[in-house]
Amino acid sequence: MAATDDQPGQLPPYVEFAGVHKHYGPNHVLRGIDLDIGHHEVVCFIGASGCGKSTLLRCVNALEEIQQGQIRVAGEAASGPGVDVDFLRRVVGIVFQGFNLFPHMTVLRNITLAPTKVLKLPEAEARARAIALLERIGLADKAGEYPDRLSGGQQQRVAIARALAMEPEVMLLDEITSALDPALVGEVLAMVRELVDEGMTILMATHEMGFARDVANRICFMSEGNLAEVGTPDEIFQDPQDERLRSFLRRVTEARRM
Amino acid sequence: MTDSPITAPPAAAERLRATRPRVRTRLGSSIVAMAAALIVVALTWWSLFAFWASFADGAPWPVTVIVVFLAAAALAVPAAAGQAVQAALQARSLDRAGNHAAARVAAARARDMQWYVLGFGLAALVVAFLAFLLGTNDGAVREVFFRSDIFGKSFRGLTAAFWLNIKIFMATEVLVLVWALLVAVVRQIPGRAGAPIRFLAVAYVDVFRGLPAILVLTLVVFGFQLAKLPGLSLLSPPQQLFWLVVLALTLVYGAYVAEVYRAGMDSIHWSQAAAARSLGLSQGQTLRYVIIPQGVRRMLPPLLNDFIGLQKDTALASVVGTVEVFNKAGLYKSQFFNLTAVAVAGLLFLIMTIPLARFTDWLIRRDQQRTLVG
Ligand SMILES: Nc1ncnc2c1ncn2[C@@H]1O[C@H](COP(=O)(O)OP(=O)(O)OP(=O)(O)O)[C@@H](O)[C@H]1O
Ligand SMILES: [Mg+2]
Repeated sequence: MAATDDQPGQLPPYVEFAGVHKHYGPNHVLRGIDLDIGHHEVVCFIGASGCGKSTLLRCVNALEEIQQGQIRVAGEAASGPGVDVDFLRRVVGIVFQGFNLFPHMTVLRNITLAPTKVLKLPEAEARARAIALLERIGLADKAGEYPDRLSGGQQQRVAIARALAMEPEVMLLDEITSALDPALVGEVLAMVRELVDEGMTILMATHEMGFARDVANRICFMSEGNLAEVGTPDEIFQDPQDERLRSFLRRVTEARRM
Repeated sequence: MTDSPITAPPAAAERLRATRPRVRTRLGSSIVAMAAALIVVALTWWSLFAFWASFADGAPWPVTVIVVFLAAAALAVPAAAGQAVQAALQARSLDRAGNHAAARVAAARARDMQWYVLGFGLAALVVAFLAFLLGTNDGAVREVFFRSDIFGKSFRGLTAAFWLNIKIFMATEVLVLVWALLVAVVRQIPGRAGAPIRFLAVAYVDVFRGLPAILVLTLVVFGFQLAKLPGLSLLSPPQQLFWLVVLALTLVYGAYVAEVYRAGMDSIHWSQAAAARSLGLSQGQTLRYVIIPQGVRRMLPPLLNDFIGLQKDTALASVVGTVEVFNKAGLYKSQFFNLTAVAVAGLLFLIMTIPLARFTDWLIRRDQQRTLVG
């Protein structure tokens, strides 16, 4: 780890954004993001559709390049030339809105693929790890099924298990309940809550305000590629400062009432 | 909703009831169908009889059996027409009795039967035409395409020659599968560094898809033989010819199949690659474990289509002097001044390609069903 000047006994931030800018062609999507996220911290990103939440998360594991600024994960550069992508993707797990399970593989194979091919675990060990994860989420009996035979909630839980099988230190969750029936949202959020309780560092883009309020240490409100307001759940929900945040929250509450 | 002021019955329904025509019984069209059916049967029987009678020394018994069977089957056409007329008459009497719903049901059956008359009738006409063609001029047409004595004399030679087509096909198929995959993967190499080799792959595909196969065969086989390519002399002349033909066909079909592979890989949504990469899989591993296995399923039907084409195009090897089945059939043709051997060669190709075509269709249908369900 690089030499640091932090206080003794205090851990350096785990994920750092410094002046991050991202363009898709002429579309300026991230406009100067500055944020430090500590170990075991749970940070939720909220904001209107298209404000750049997914883009921000995808930059953290270098699925997207940034044009300006710097992202660091576990003290190592996660952006710019010379990124150690292998290291990065071992410590960062990501779960997508659309699950993205591999449809031609059984649930078990979905989970063991990366451990055997990337970590080079022996097949038996990877299997044991996968079965243990599936048991934990109550899907051990589905190990031999193909993803399209599972409900959306089950698929998303398998996707989380697949990411966990690589034993990441930080999880990026990108609107993982948005594609689900309301009735299935609960089972997935319960799984996230378990991760929170275990002390996983989590960056989570979400439209589930209640859940964010419950589990987050900090909430970031994004608007037009900026972090318009960052604060504890109480600060964000009880005492919003930014006018855009206020109107966003108003709209969310109204939508809920309908 | 409780005390609506609208109490009058809907005007549109009333108007329809007043102006609607009586039930269309389809009696007139059914009678026309009957007349047409009788004409069709007469034509069919006449041409079948002419065909049967065209055999100089009596038709062999299988021919008689087939002719009788077809003649009997042609009766299905007037039978359907009869049912149509009957149903239409029933519809008329029901309609007059005021039972409009039942009349409409009967009329619908009459209409169904008319469609049977049309479908079966057209099929019968096709049979009649073919029988007429084969029987005309005292069976001269039939004799040109099929004489059993020539069939007996040429069959062994043809099947032996066809075995060479099969060997060319199999060797080419295996090479094409590997070679095209290589080309397709090369085309996917990202970045500046890959640009020259990517360009080569694109150029190869464009050139060889654009050239007629017969031209490539001529260039490759004669060209390499004339140029005395080093190493070629290690093979015996027939082997040289065989492998040069395989090489030429591989070059041609490799270009097509490379495109099939590429389309198959492109059809896999990028989010699959994103998921694989974010689990730490390398670009190569992502291709190998995630993209290609999924692409292959979608590639299979177009791939098999190309292979059906390849099976047929093995006949092109005749232009460079390979004695495959088409070439052999040509020899028999000149020897006997008769096309029986060529027709048999055609049958041999069909025996190979039709099952493959059916299998491909079945795969496509199964795939469609799966996408409908999933
Ligand atoms: N691959 C891409 N190419 C070009 N533009 C993109 C791409 N992905 C996202 N964008 C654009 O970037 C902007 C931010 O998108 P992003 O997906 O990050 O929004 P989001 O906050 O996650 O929205 P949502 O809540 O709808 O998921 C949008 O304007 C979008 O059109
Ligand atoms: Mg998003």
